[in-house]
Amino acid sequence: MLAALRCVIHRDLLLAVRRSSDVLTVLLFFVIVVSLFPLGVGPDPALLRTIAPGVIWVAALLASMLALQRMFASDYADGTLEQMLLGATPLGMTVAAKVLAHWLISGLPLVLISPVLALQFDFPQELLGVLALSLALGTPVLSLIGAIGAALTLGLRGAGALLSLLVLPLYVPVLIIGAGAAEAATSGMGGHAQLLLLGALLIFAGAFAPWAAAVALRISVE
Amino acid sequence: MSINWFKYSSPQTFFPLAGKLALGFGVLALLACGVGLYLGFFVAPTDAQQGEAYRIIFIHVPAAWMSMFLYLVLAFWAGLGLAFNTRLSGMMASAIAPTGALFTFLALWTGSLWGKPTWGTWWVWDARLTSELILLFLYFGFMALQAAIDDPRRADKAGAVLALVGVVNIPIIYFSVKWWNTLHQGASVSLTKAPTMAATMLTGMTVMAFGFWFYSIAAALMRARCIMLERERASEWVADYARGSA
Amino acid sequence: MGKKAGTPSLEALDLHCVRGERKLFGALNFTLRGGGLLRIAGANGSGKTSLLRIACGLLEPTRGEVRWGGENIQRLQEEFWRQLVYIGHANAIKDDLTAAENLHVACTLAGVPRRPARIGEALRRLGLAGSENLPARVLSQGQRRRTALARLALSEGIPLWILDEPFAALDAAAVEDVRGLIAEHLSRGAAVILTTHLEAKITTAAALRIDLEAA
Repeated sequence: MLAALRCVIHRDLLLAVRRSSDVLTVLLFFVIVVSLFPLGVGPDPALLRTIAPGVIWVAALLASMLALQRMFASDYADGTLEQMLLGATPLGMTVAAKVLAHWLISGLPLVLISPVLALQFDFPQELLGVLALSLALGTPVLSLIGAIGAALTLGLRGAGALLSLLVLPLYVPVLIIGAGAAEAATSGMGGHAQLLLLGALLIFAGAFAPWAAAVALRISVE
Repeated sequence: MSINWFKYSSPQTFFPLAGKLALGFGVLALLACGVGLYLGFFVAPTDAQQGEAYRIIFIHVPAAWMSMFLYLVLAFWAGLGLAFNTRLSGMMASAIAPTGALFTFLALWTGSLWGKPTWGTWWVWDARLTSELILLFLYFGFMALQAAIDDPRRADKAGAVLALVGVVNIPIIYFSVKWWNTLHQGASVSLTKAPTMAATMLTGMTVMAFGFWFYSIAAALMRARCIMLERERASEWVADYARGSA
Repeated sequence: MGKKAGTPSLEALDLHCVRGERKLFGALNFTLRGGGLLRIAGANGSGKTSLLRIACGLLEPTRGEVRWGGENIQRLQEEFWRQLVYIGHANAIKDDLTAAENLHVACTLAGVPRRPARIGEALRRLGLAGSENLPARVLSQGQRRRTALARLALSEGIPLWILDEPFAALDAAAVEDVRGLIAEHLSRGAAVILTTHLEAKITTAAALRIDLEAA
């Protein structure tokens, strides 16, 4: 079974490398959205410092959602998804592997570039770690929850907008806790409680979301 | 006992029963709402701090209760349909959704109306109102997903998965919003700090809640009848009904 | 000469299928044993693909059940799918992977990883020698279909093959190749279900035929 899972991850990574424009556009979207906020609210450093965690988190949310389209849609279109449903490994595990690959391609780059963007907002340097860690724990949760939405909206008209409507309300707790971690750090309370909560959410989502997404995939492929 | 249960699990037999129940509950709803509004607007005493404006609470709170309760009922029926592959359960879930969304909107609107005279703003990022807003999005998501799927079976099943995921998330959403609210104390005012409850106030709200509940049942059953007619339009009993020989 | 396939036994009991508004078929029964070829015929839109997908377990019938070795396939799940190869209308080929890579992934996911040498052999058998390392994007329709079907040459140990229009979009030589693969597999005691417009012309001891009427 591990061989099959490793094969799925390797396949998705290989596909992303060969079609890297998809991946880069999501990253660029993230950067652009973050840069729009100072243009919208004015360059006052104190204001920017306050809104930095929130802005970066919202942008990460939106970028994550944009990337969700890619998770199952192309496999559904060329028939490879069906073959996964008929595979030798339980579908929940295959989905978990796909989500991991998806996060490595779309989530991890966001985590890595976030400190640079936070510096644009004059975010305190010593707290960049907390912000990056909150994103590192939170973006996988976004991918996991998003997988359920992506599976439910497979092949539907207007899937993109519908996916956002389905998934954004479910993202709210992650946003609140994730942005809260960095904010708590800036007010000197450390972000530990929030980070632990994010960890708990990650474990919870990791246990249940792949299975829910698998059920949704079977429904959509019928 | 089990025979009775399954007798009404087919649209054909449930259809006439639903009609009768809807009528009955509709009448009860009118009565209960009438009594509740009377209690709320005429009998309950004026509040010391908030004056007459607080009376909107008699609509706001029962509507909020209903919005949450209906989501649970929706998820229950949807889950049942998913687990046992019964047609009627899925139809009930779809029938409940718009009424649930209506009550959520009502709760939000009355919350806003309450906020203006009491706190001076049309919207307050209070924990409960914010949770209600997210609940409204959950309802819309459910309805939008079902509207986007042509095949009724897939629509029922997909809606069920979404509703169940939503139900699991609601406590998480509520607690995280509550926490967010307490962290950002600053400008926040809480609509949950309602005036201390006189007995008549509580009775009034409870009666209104029942009124809303009866209305929801009546509305959901009526809607379910329409859904049954639409989905089963190819079958004989619908043709008979249309011809008038029900 | 390949491995002897396990003894297959697929039963369909009282299958009904309603898609959207239309009832495609009802009260359908069949039993398929080792060495048996089931051909499903019918006009376009009569439900052939739906029946195949029900037999695979991708689609749930409106009523009735499918059993493998006496047990409902929905309960068996992966146990059943490990003994099945399904090649549908879609080729299940990623454009950005080479033919060889595509087959490697397909076999690994099916639980039977194959060495590159075997994969090369399979591709050569379907007339794709020289195209193993080209991205599938540049292959023609017929070549892509043959890549998908090359999986059959790697599945001699799988007791049940379910094929949707395996001969479509193939030239005469390729049709012969595929016919040969199917005949070989049947002689190993495996079972094959297929839909096709062409006459199967595959002689086998047990040949079943189901005709679906267009509703």
